[in-house]
Amino acid sequence: MSEPFEPVIIGFTCNWCSYRAADLAGTSRVKYPPNIRLIRLMCSGRLDPTFVLKALAGGADGVLITGCHPGECHYLEQNYKTLRRFTLLRRTLAQFGIEPERVRLVWASAAEGARLAVEIGKMVEEVRALGPLNWQGVIADDGDPPIAIYHPQSEWVQGVAA
Amino acid sequence: MNANGKPKLAMYWASACGGCEISTLNIGEHILTVDAVFDLAFFPCIADFKVKDVLGYPDGYIDLCLINGAIRNSENEEMVRLLRRKSKLLVAFGSCAYEGCIPALSNLTTRDATLRAAYLDNPSIDNPAGTLPQPHTAVPEGDLEIPFFYHTVKSLDQVVDVDYTIPGCPPEPHQIWAVLQVVVAALTQGGSLPPKGVLLGAGSVAVCEECALAKHEKAVARFYRPYQIRPEPGLCLLEQGLICMGPATLSGCGALCPQVGMGCRGCYGPLPGAEDQGMRMLTAIASILDVSGRPGDNELDLERKVEAAADTIVDPAGTFYRFSMAHSLLRRARTDGVEAAVPQPAVWS
Ligand code: FES
Repeated sequence: MSEPFEPVIIGFTCNWCSYRAADLAGTSRVKYPPNIRLIRLMCSGRLDPTFVLKALAGGADGVLITGCHPGECHYLEQNYKTLRRFTLLRRTLAQFGIEPERVRLVWASAAEGARLAVEIGKMVEEVRALGPLNWQGVIADDGDPPIAIYHPQSEWVQGVAA
Repeated sequence: MNANGKPKLAMYWASACGGCEISTLNIGEHILTVDAVFDLAFFPCIADFKVKDVLGYPDGYIDLCLINGAIRNSENEEMVRLLRRKSKLLVAFGSCAYEGCIPALSNLTTRDATLRAAYLDNPSIDNPAGTLPQPHTAVPEGDLEIPFFYHTVKSLDQVVDVDYTIPGCPPEPHQIWAVLQVVVAALTQGGSLPPKGVLLGAGSVAVCEECALAKHEKAVARFYRPYQIRPEPGLCLLEQGLICMGPATLSGCGALCPQVGMGCRGCYGPLPGAEDQGMRMLTAIASILDVSGRPGDNELDLERKVEAAADTIVDPAGTFYRFSMAHSLLRRARTDGVEAAVPQPAVWS
């Protein structure tokens, strides 16, 4: 029997708010699903969107971006940049066929441990319902026959094909 | 065949537009030097060669083989595998061979949709029987075969081993000539070849650094498409709301496009160290988009303002990955059952 699908979600947190929210959730024994792997950045503004693509291409089923509420970033303006990046990123990913539920942005202050836990739980369930992303499979199974099968008569293709 | 002792040169096009050949011939009078130094072994664009000529060469017979064009169908793949085997040095020449370029934009859609657009749906098409190209067709004389049209366009290095890469759509003639001189010196006077795998014929900084337009602090409320405004001469195009890929694109072209009012399209590819040109550009655009708020602002209102500004960037994936789709981290769109959900770029506004 196949194992039930457990989504892998990469979560980016900022040092000053959302990481502390996750920490608070832990110390106050609020449960959230273990599907999320948190990575701490100093600020959500540090999030190069390349990280999100690397996570997705590398096997993650979803990415959660978190940071301080707008206006509360410890580096003043950076989470406005995060919001603008995220907005453009989501539109770009939609063109690649990646559902909006898979990449989300959530603001969480250091006091919002319980809320962050709820948001994580919601996201895990949404991604679970969508199923695995398996991006390397998307790249590998491109629907094209291997050249050596398509041109069996070409000895030079046979000879060079790996 | 080696009677005259000259090194052998080949240039072949896979899925290409022919611009790379034109750019090569645009090296001007230097073409006479190329002709004097090299023996042409295969160059279908300018001389009559047949595939069987190449088949007849011993392996490694061609000293320098320039390949332009992306790998779009089985014939492209077959030919580059053959030429790889027959060549000592194989160069990915131009953006298509390097990173997919315009042909690879169709990785955002499916093989079927591409064929439909080309043979059925386009308003200028007259195809009442709805005929589509078939890889095999049975006729009384036997089985006719045409190349198999791929679902995913690939760069040259995703199919065969590549020795050097020359970026650009097309590469600039002075850069081509500079590279040829290095190779010629190595082949004829025992000069040393550059290390395998390097990018040749390009700069090492961003296009902005070789662009003469005046630059200031950037804060842009919205973007425009090139036909919507007439840019003020002499001033950075990004600052005027025209998307210019300069900040995310490798130099080497001399910033030609911005000088004539057209934002850099990104054809020299990503800067060293950038894994994904599209995401570098997305970050740059997000940084200069001038939509912010104040502490206590309604978060939904803020989101709506950002969405409205983002609406002015039509087709972000096609813009940020115009040349680098095959080399991007995602490489192609997912089409397993979600094809219908892949949004088409918003209507031209
Ligand atoms: S410090 Fe939290 S978003 Fe900048």
